[in-house]
Amino acid sequence: MTRRTSLAAIAATLIAAGSLALAVLPGAAAIAATACTNGSLSLVHKGQLTVATDAPAYPPYFENNKPANGQGFESAIAYGVGHELGFSSSQVKWTVEPFDDSYAPGPKSFDFDINEISITTARAKAVDFSTSYFDNPQAIVVVKGSKYQHVTSLAQLRGALFGVQVGTTSLSAVTAEIHPTQQPQVFNGSNDVITALRQHKVDAIVVDLATGFYLTSGEIPHGIVVGQFNAPGGDNWGLLLAKHSKLTPCVDDALAKLRSSGELSAITKRWMQSGAGVPVLK
Amino acid sequence: MHATPTTRAAREQARRQRARKSIAVSATATAVVIVGVALAIVFSPGWRTVRETYLSWHYFKQVLPSLPGGFWLDVRIFLIVEVVVLALGLAIALIRTMRAPVLYPVRVVAAVFVDVMRGVPLLILLYLFAFGLSALGFSFIPGSYTILGAAALACCYSAYVSEVFRAGIQSVHPSQPAAGLALGLTRTQTLRHVVLPQAVRAVVPPLLNDFIGLTKDVALVSILGPQEIARIAQINADLYFNYTPYVAAAAFYLVITLPLIRIVDRMRSRGLERQNALVLM
Repeated sequence: MTRRTSLAAIAATLIAAGSLALAVLPGAAAIAATACTNGSLSLVHKGQLTVATDAPAYPPYFENNKPANGQGFESAIAYGVGHELGFSSSQVKWTVEPFDDSYAPGPKSFDFDINEISITTARAKAVDFSTSYFDNPQAIVVVKGSKYQHVTSLAQLRGALFGVQVGTTSLSAVTAEIHPTQQPQVFNGSNDVITALRQHKVDAIVVDLATGFYLTSGEIPHGIVVGQFNAPGGDNWGLLLAKHSKLTPCVDDALAKLRSSGELSAITKRWMQSGAGVPVLK
Repeated sequence: MHATPTTRAAREQARRQRARKSIAVSATATAVVIVGVALAIVFSPGWRTVRETYLSWHYFKQVLPSLPGGFWLDVRIFLIVEVVVLALGLAIALIRTMRAPVLYPVRVVAAVFVDVMRGVPLLILLYLFAFGLSALGFSFIPGSYTILGAAALACCYSAYVSEVFRAGIQSVHPSQPAAGLALGLTRTQTLRHVVLPQAVRAVVPPLLNDFIGLTKDVALVSILGPQEIARIAQINADLYFNYTPYVAAAAFYLVITLPLIRIVDRMRSRGLERQNALVLM
């Protein structure tokens, strides 16, 4: 069974690699381009690009919990990809997909899901991922006056009680890089993680750096980002698609165009604060 | 008139034959159903996906070592909460069955408590107890979300269990305490030696039923941070995008709940036997 799966995966990779090779050949590029325009795509709902994210949708990735307003990092990326695939803004429709359901087997209700999802090889056995549109380090957030406010290394954080959100890379990052002496507390949503920190039930929380900046600028008035560190293997975010989706190469194609035109970095610059000022802890 | 021995023997034989036939029929029917369902599942269009996503041996082995620790946390929370629930539930039931006019305000408080605890979803109770009580900022409120969550569980289940106890107390015929008082026992002695033994005996099966519910609802405390078994399963499912860890966690629960369920069933049929003074087939 495992062998058959891996054979299928190898075959899929070969086919994908083959189509990529074709795409770079002059002449073949035109064929690939026509295959990836609105009208010839295989979509969940004809004539529209159905994009999913979880609810509530948090800043800075979405603004005002309204993915369809085009505001926020991931909303902007989704519309960018949509435009590259030939959809007008009004043809991009949003749907709610809880993270835990996004990888369930069976037909998907979306063309792609954009929800700060980290790409890993284990996950890629169950779903397709696009290429990465963002690489986000982890951030450690404490409240002012905490005994962990002035730490200069990850080792100094070993005794801290951490709070993280379930399903995020943060938990494995904490476990693998900090080796805390107390088992981290795991919450359903980032609001609960924040409440735990505000009520001093945890010493520190670990979130992705962009979220850390957002939280300390408003949600946690006395919060500070004491440092950043990398999850093992980094934390690259990708669009999630159904396994073997015909759309995956097209979405990759659209992201590549956004990257080469500079639009991806413009979107990133507009919505995501630079982490240059935050010390990197080791 | 006696039936002749030969007739009796013939009847016995006929009865045995019927029993054999009924066993054969039920065994065949069971086998047909099991095989049929198994075949339907195995030949379903999605079976390969189901096997890989929910029944992956690879992920089962991977997640197994991390589960006992989480399950032990569930068991500890369950045992502590259960003791509190029994005491608090019985106390509330006694308060609510007492008739002294001076205790009226206490009865009102108990009744409101039971109504609210039964009427609000446990999930919301957990959030209100943990985040809400902590927000009050009193220093006497326990510091850990897990303890506050266990308190919410205890309050919720005490409300249900108090109703079970109350039903048991009310099922004891009024002639029983009357007889106790007539014999010179005080009200407390009557309650202790006449009413409660009969009441508790009557409600043991429904109590055990509530315990079974509690063993599973302990998992809900995980929303407050502790890594109990259902949460560990979720963490692993989210890590590998595979639902097998949930199936593994379910197996752990069955180890505890199945024996309990069997015990309840047996007690039920024993109770019926005793009550009806006949052997039920």
